[in-house]
Amino acid sequence: MLMACSSSGESTTDSSGPPSKTVAGGPTLRSVRARGAVKCGISQAAGFATPNDAGEWQGFDVDFCKAIAVAVLGDPTKVEFVPYTQSQRFSGLQSGEVDVLVNGTSLTISRTMQRGFHFGPIYLYDGQAFLVPKALNVSKAASLDNATVCVQQGTTTELNLADFARRSNIKFRPVVIEDLRGAVAALAGGRCDVITQDGAGLATTRTMLRNPNDYVVLPDRLSKEPIAPVIRYGDDQWLELINWVFRVPVQAEELGITRSNVASFETSTDPSIRRFLGFEPGITDGFGLDARWPARVIAQVGNYGEIFDRSLGPKTPLGMARGMNALWTDGGLMYAPPFR
Amino acid sequence: MTRRSVAAQGLALGVAAAALWWLASNAATTLDQNGISLGFGFLRQPANFEIGDAPIAYSPADSFVRAILVGLANTARVSVLGWVLATALGFLLGVLRLSRTPAVRGVARAVVELVRNVPLLLLLLFLAATMHALPAARAALEPLPNVFVSDRGLVVPSLGLSVFQWALGVAALSVLATGALLPSVRRGRAWKLFVATSVVAFVVPLGIAPPDVDRPRLDGFNFVGGLTVSPELTALLAALVLHHAAHISEVVRGAVLAVPSRQRDAAYALGLSRAQTMRFVVIPQALRAMVPLLATNCVSLTKNSSLAVAIGFPDLVSILNTTANQTGHAIETMLIMIVVYLTLSLVVAAAMNAYNRRLLRPGA
Repeated sequence: MLMACSSSGESTTDSSGPPSKTVAGGPTLRSVRARGAVKCGISQAAGFATPNDAGEWQGFDVDFCKAIAVAVLGDPTKVEFVPYTQSQRFSGLQSGEVDVLVNGTSLTISRTMQRGFHFGPIYLYDGQAFLVPKALNVSKAASLDNATVCVQQGTTTELNLADFARRSNIKFRPVVIEDLRGAVAALAGGRCDVITQDGAGLATTRTMLRNPNDYVVLPDRLSKEPIAPVIRYGDDQWLELINWVFRVPVQAEELGITRSNVASFETSTDPSIRRFLGFEPGITDGFGLDARWPARVIAQVGNYGEIFDRSLGPKTPLGMARGMNALWTDGGLMYAPPFR
Repeated sequence: MTRRSVAAQGLALGVAAAALWWLASNAATTLDQNGISLGFGFLRQPANFEIGDAPIAYSPADSFVRAILVGLANTARVSVLGWVLATALGFLLGVLRLSRTPAVRGVARAVVELVRNVPLLLLLLFLAATMHALPAARAALEPLPNVFVSDRGLVVPSLGLSVFQWALGVAALSVLATGALLPSVRRGRAWKLFVATSVVAFVVPLGIAPPDVDRPRLDGFNFVGGLTVSPELTALLAALVLHHAAHISEVVRGAVLAVPSRQRDAAYALGLSRAQTMRFVVIPQALRAMVPLLATNCVSLTKNSSLAVAIGFPDLVSILNTTANQTGHAIETMLIMIVVYLTLSLVVAAAMNAYNRRLLRPGA
């Protein structure tokens, strides 16, 4: 057992059974293979999932859906995207319409223990915030007493807002609108003084306004919003597959492996890197997957930093800083368990 | 013939029951597989969300049941106001379309065709967007003292009435209503006594404890005090009334035209004026044709009010959606929604059918 902790000790990690023993994939993996596509539930939002000029989906969430398809089917185009509104998403997953939700859903205890959902690794750390017009001259949420707040329906946002108001002894007048565009139009039209959403969502929302620079996100965070992929109960193998697909880009960033240089590691002499990328079979070939899937995922979608910068980072219209989403080695929270 | 129809009915019933059983068992198995338990216990838990427009007292600490009642009250409020206004406007438009003046006829027709051919959701979104064009709260219009119009809605002073005053008011109204139906009052003999009683019933409670007038004032972001009619309620009501009035006007026009012209000719021959012919001969016969269609319109207005969710009015569907999303009890909330709308529709249909039967009674 203790020996297993040494990174180079290969033969000591598993003494029971033959090393090539593989576990069969679960029912979801079987149906994905039979169908030849991963069905991925997304939420349309700039930076996270939007169709480009060619009609192809792109964005932060989309890249993670593609990563799953690359791992399972070897092809990033083999994803069927199903866009959901916030209030439709859970019934879509529950009814089996999609295999996984990668759509900005926060991991919470009630969703896991009462609703029958498993969550994969947290791929974005976020928190609910307020976006206000600069003209209001408001610098903190506590001065928003009696303000009218636009809220998109069907999220924990309403709960967080009510909790924050009761905690801070202030009162809000919510206008709850099903469609985000409706809520943004109500803010732009002056129906609401302020709009509340997760921080990442607000970065997107700001880009939807005519003059984004007239608005500012207040520093207060009303909640913790750990964003993670969601799957149904009842398929352990699918859960583990999702878990490790989402961890690959984080581990790759930590090891300095990028989309462009991943191929060069084929000649690497570092056994832990070779095992991680699957150039050396042994740890990544469970569930009947081809051992090299991590290398393929990085080659197709990149490491975590690349995925973040491409869709959300400072050079995008969203202009989000890494913040809590930096690697743990840089003072952030992104940390992948060991690949061994 | 009879035996065959019994067999066919039995078969149809059997197939329906089997399909229902299959659906239910399928749902039960899937729910079980996914580790989801059904039950309505969650309704007693605190709702923990705020509702912007609550006609009955509500706070986030109240239960989901209370929140759902707020939604139901909002749906009922929009529906009842909608029925009354849509029927009134529909009758007016329908009669105007039958006018002998081409200009009046033309304008009425243009309005009806325009509204009838625009999807209701589009009309609703358009009206909601129009509300945003009103001035901001800080630059609110004040057409009458203490009455404010802004993009936060119409704010008017309200009367703070005690429960006692409410009770007396309701009692006085019932007296008025019964009195108005009494033959002696209708024939005008006892009207003086009747008016006196009503005045006493209304004035005395107000005299005992004059109500506080709650005047609205701007405080920070919004008006506080008074009574607010939200822009969402206004937009929803306007869209529903316009849409259904256009449909009702067609019903009215069609029903009037369906009365055979010889009825009119006969009335004119008896020396009745045009107005009298309409009132005593045409409308009573037309009513019989239009009541079932009016009932359908009332029912669909109630159901269409669920489009409120698109513009942010907290109706029953909106509240139940939030409830489902916060508790995860999507199936239960869906069931509540089905039962409530079914009940509302059946009640409205039953009331209209009863009225229709009365109309069809000979001599009515």
